[in-house]
Amino acid sequence: MKEITWYGRGGQGAFTASRILGAAAMFRGYKSLAFPSFGPERRGAPIRAFTKISDKRIVDRSIVKKNDYIIVLDDSLYSDKLLKELKPNGYLLINTKKPASFYSDSRIISGDIKANAELILKLPIVNIGILGLLIGIDKDINLSDLEKSITEYMPEKVARKNVELLHKINELSGGNGDD
Amino acid sequence: MSEIRFISGDEAFAQGVRLAKPQVISAYPITPQTIVVERLADMVEDGSLNSEFVHVESEHSAMMTAMGASAMGARVFTATSSQGLLYMAECLTYVSGGRFPIVMMNANRATALPWSIYGDHRDSLSQLDSGWIQIYVEDAQESLDMALEAYRLAESENVRLPVMINLDGFILTHTYEAVEIPSEEDVRDFLKPRETWDKLDFDNPVSMAFTVGPELNEEFNLLHHKAALAAIDELDRIDKEYAELTGRSYGGSVNGYLTEDADYILITLGSISGLVRDTVDELRAEGIKAGVVKIRMIRPFPTDELLKHLENVIAVGTLERDISFGYEGTVYTNVNSALHKGRNFADSYDFIGGIGGRDISKEIIRECFEAMINKETDRLVRFVGLEVEDDVR
Repeated sequence: MKEITWYGRGGQGAFTASRILGAAAMFRGYKSLAFPSFGPERRGAPIRAFTKISDKRIVDRSIVKKNDYIIVLDDSLYSDKLLKELKPNGYLLINTKKPASFYSDSRIISGDIKANAELILKLPIVNIGILGLLIGIDKDINLSDLEKSITEYMPEKVARKNVELLHKINELSGGNGDD
Repeated sequence: MSEIRFISGDEAFAQGVRLAKPQVISAYPITPQTIVVERLADMVEDGSLNSEFVHVESEHSAMMTAMGASAMGARVFTATSSQGLLYMAECLTYVSGGRFPIVMMNANRATALPWSIYGDHRDSLSQLDSGWIQIYVEDAQESLDMALEAYRLAESENVRLPVMINLDGFILTHTYEAVEIPSEEDVRDFLKPRETWDKLDFDNPVSMAFTVGPELNEEFNLLHHKAALAAIDELDRIDKEYAELTGRSYGGSVNGYLTEDADYILITLGSISGLVRDTVDELRAEGIKAGVVKIRMIRPFPTDELLKHLENVIAVGTLERDISFGYEGTVYTNVNSALHKGRNFADSYDFIGGIGGRDISKEIIRECFEAMINKETDRLVRFVGLEVEDDVR
């Protein structure tokens, strides 16, 4: 089973993105779950969301403790402690303005998603764009499945721009899109 | 044609209700039930559900509005959770005693104090004596399917009782997964519009919701009791019919897994059942004959159906998200009564966990089986997953 934790702040769309990823996995024929960190939420406060992907029915509905991927939407939420939540061979993807050399750990993949989001969406929302980093490193996560998921599960106006952003990040990160 | 959508338990239940086409919905929002009410309000607004949505000011009014509409012969839906359920408690016995076939979704949530929006089963289990049929589901698909089966059950002529479908708060209500949504055409013959002789009708007047003195009151309670018991076989029939239609069956009142030759069986309720089955698979691989029985319907209590699964066990454990303070978990009390009636004297343990949203992990489930295997009979009732020592003796 692949387990993914999203770190974001209320309003940054972590839970939405966890669902988009879960639905994309469903389109690929996998079983998947997506859920938020349960409880009260407010804008700006740190929140988590989770996606689980498996080829079998997923019965463990508890929060993820060890991750294949940790996705950080806001680098103010990053600390080295997060790396302890990775499985061996796990990756941490992070949206940041800092240069790639800033994070020395080889498990960290960074990108300035926000700058691109501001150009394309006219908003600093990186939840979907950051999935472009994931396409490059996970063969089960596929550009066309994500596109379908975004188109079906996000409002039309937002969906189109986010697909554009996703393509852009995929391109910049050297991803090859569909296999 | 059905379609597959990636939706939450609350949304799945709302889809089931849409297909059941209730004429009246009256509900008051409360976390973690809110989304089911919001989605239904959206459907009424956009015309995909032709229903009268009554915005009430409390759960007490929600249930009384539902009862009034049901008395007119309408199919009715409401939903609540936790304190909301407790607030409408007075109305629950009116509805069941009056034999109004209302379907209610309850999002299981802890009861205050300490105040908590997280899940356990103390809200619904506190209402076992309300005269309602109570069913617990395991995932979002079962939520949708049971919304439909529940109306069939509630409106069956030999039952005619309200049905409460319980979804674990957050773990089911807020978790998204793939759900197959039948088309209206798929379920048209399975669930026809409600027809009843038992309604307010000038041309065919009946007496409803009446007073009965001591000379006949007990007899009315007997009728209620018989109707509730009839729901065990009725659910079985409905479930089989639904399986023919959709290919999905849930096994009526109880659902056993690897029970036939099991030495140790854990009894569950709701969404934890899948993880317990997974753990049982692991234990089997290690040579331990473990099994699971999920109680789907706890009122009426499926005594014979449960006992069939427990015939050859050395020990049985009840894993429940409930405590009746000063005694034990209520599911355990019910299980033990059934065991005694069946003259089954297997060791019986009570594992109380998952209270107030506490996670029940695989390790905790293994701990339950280990206690049974090690014959720890000096502690038949215990809390599991505690951060402090359970020093209750």
